[in-house]
Amino acid sequence: MWHRIREIVRKEFYQALREPRMRLLLVLPPVIQLIVFGYAVNLDVENSRVAWMDQDHTPASRELRAAFQGSRYFQITNTLTQESEGRQLLDQGKVQAMVRVLPGFSRDILGGQTAAVEILVEGSNSNTAAIVSSYATQVVSAYANQVLARQQAIRLVGASTSAGIPISLRLPSLTVNSRVWFNPSLRSRNYFVPGVVVNIIALITIMLTAMSIVREKEIGTMEQLMVTPIRPVELVLGKVLPFALVGLLEVILVTAAALLVFRIPFRGSGFLLLGCSILFLLTTLGAGLFISTISQTQQQAMMASFLFFMPAFMLSGFTFPIHNMPVAVQYLTYANPLRYFVEIVRGIFLKGIGISILWPQMLTLTAIGLAVLGSSSLRFRKRLE
Amino acid sequence: MAASHEANQWAVEIEDLVKRFGDFVAVDHVSLKVRRGEIFGFLGPNGAGKSTAIRILCGLLAPSGGRAIVGGFNVATEPEAVKKNIGYMSQKFSLYDDLKVEENIDFFSGVYGVPPEQRAKRKEFVLDMADLQERRDSMTRLLAGGWKQRLALGCAILHEPPILFLDEPTSGVDPIARRGFWDLIYQLSESGHTVFVSTHYMDEAEYCHRLALMYRGRIIALGEPSTLKKNLRSHSLMYLDSSDPLESMKALEGKKGILGVAVFGAGLHVSVQDPASTRRQIQDLLGQRGIHIRRLEMISPSMEDVFVAMIEEEERKAS
Ligand SMILES: Nc1ncnc2c1ncn2[C@@H]1O[C@H](COP(=O)(O)OP(=O)(O)O)[C@@H](O)[C@H]1O
Ligand SMILES: [Mg+2]
Repeated sequence: MWHRIREIVRKEFYQALREPRMRLLLVLPPVIQLIVFGYAVNLDVENSRVAWMDQDHTPASRELRAAFQGSRYFQITNTLTQESEGRQLLDQGKVQAMVRVLPGFSRDILGGQTAAVEILVEGSNSNTAAIVSSYATQVVSAYANQVLARQQAIRLVGASTSAGIPISLRLPSLTVNSRVWFNPSLRSRNYFVPGVVVNIIALITIMLTAMSIVREKEIGTMEQLMVTPIRPVELVLGKVLPFALVGLLEVILVTAAALLVFRIPFRGSGFLLLGCSILFLLTTLGAGLFISTISQTQQQAMMASFLFFMPAFMLSGFTFPIHNMPVAVQYLTYANPLRYFVEIVRGIFLKGIGISILWPQMLTLTAIGLAVLGSSSLRFRKRLE
Repeated sequence: MAASHEANQWAVEIEDLVKRFGDFVAVDHVSLKVRRGEIFGFLGPNGAGKSTAIRILCGLLAPSGGRAIVGGFNVATEPEAVKKNIGYMSQKFSLYDDLKVEENIDFFSGVYGVPPEQRAKRKEFVLDMADLQERRDSMTRLLAGGWKQRLALGCAILHEPPILFLDEPTSGVDPIARRGFWDLIYQLSESGHTVFVSTHYMDEAEYCHRLALMYRGRIIALGEPSTLKKNLRSHSLMYLDSSDPLESMKALEGKKGILGVAVFGAGLHVSVQDPASTRRQIQDLLGQRGIHIRRLEMISPSMEDVFVAMIEEEERKAS
């Protein structure tokens, strides 16, 4: 069994590497996507217009305002006294966000409590909205940290004079905020480039698998293979293994480009990323196999691959945040393997999380993968007979 | 013991084979037997159902009815055993264009499970047979048609199957290459292979030991080429060379005593029941229309004439 699979795998590699079109297909999509999402798509928000409403009127609230003013992401264009004015400005698109410092802000932050700041973001562009709100939160928590650091210094002085008070006394929960934000250097590139891994491996493995099988039908070699002792399962393995390897190779290349060219942080485990990629490949290879059973020509296979890939891409959370989608669509995304892999990849790159947190996604991917690959193999087999 | 010996005499046995695609009957109650070592020709115009029948015999398609035994195994129930005993060259060119000659051989050697110690020997055999020693390193796409065909045949017999199914192996190849290919078929037959070959070139029929003519899914003639020709002598064939072949054809078709008219080269082949009386009739019919007869003579029928006559008879029966 394995020697026949090896023969098919070897042949696929010869063919894929010799065919100029195939070579182009291996190289072009990753390069284009990296350029688009690494350089061209810049959702970084600079100088967003902000309406400011201060209900605390303390030195602390004025300091926060100065922090916003000083940040390159925001400029305060309006100062308000009424909340309704702010909503109007937001509706008209004159400002992108409104920051309301609630009464008691100064007391809370100096007392080490969670700061009471309300941020309203204009949400028509969900991406920008997410980013603006993340930046604003970032500024607030940076300021809070600054306050804490200052207080701690005061306490250190105090501790040395009136010994007996524990230094770690009240390091409050505020510091946690900035760690939750997984993109602390605030670059949208960090958010997108890891996602390219998902797109590339999905697009390439679906398309290559489908096309390489359909090509055999087209040129008539499929029939020739069917009179050899090759069994359908061997044919399936021989066809998907090369593209699984290609997929993993693309993961490594895109990751390397992300780290070296785009300086994206990589906080997690490379092996975990490869392992999860294999789980994800179960689905995409299965999808490619399925497409090969419904296509008669390579052209059809390519079209079908795109038709399959596009909605999966839109509903993956790669560009459009899932929590902004209509509820019904949100449910739909649970069936989308890309969604889980996007979460995994971003988690590994940016948050450095491991199996202990990612296992639900990994389990779901495995389940979807086995279901898709299994049923496609059955259908493929049926079609051959 | 005796029974199994008798079974062994036949490489292929088909009984009442039927294949339907929906309402369409592509193979219509076909029965025939092929002896071991025989070159069996399967003739018929395009769409007759030849490929469909061959694909059933190779275990690629399930029959809708009837029974087919190949190499002693039932194609419907033991397709895997059938596949071990056959080599198949499909109607489409069936090699990898983007692999080198040698890589194609190595690949098929591998998937057919040729024992590793025999692979080198089998490869040389195929390269010699296909006359491709000097081009073993060429891209298959760059080979001329005749060479490709020989290579495809070589790749189909790497595992030394006793029975070969060749589906229109010579279509689209020049006449010289076709001749060369038939030489190969003879060699294979002499070394004991059974060759089941389909073609729509009527002249190739003469090369076969026995043949079947398939038309619209049915076998309308079966036997040795010489026997089939002899049967046709019950009606005779005349060659007519006239000043206007097309007008002549219109004038003669469907007239009493004239069984069929077919264009042949620059003239016409006219099959008639009774040459003596019909000769006068033809002269009269053409004379009335002012067509000048240059030559009108009895000829001995070629295989093509046999088939044209039989197909015309089928059509007459149908209408
Ligand atoms: N898979 C199929 N589905 C439907 N019709 C088919 C199929 N394969 C062949 N046919 C039809 O069966 C008839 C016989 O085809 P084929 O066996 O290829 O003829 P031949 O090889 O003699 O030219 C044709 O009319 C063809 O259209
Ligand atoms: Mg055919």
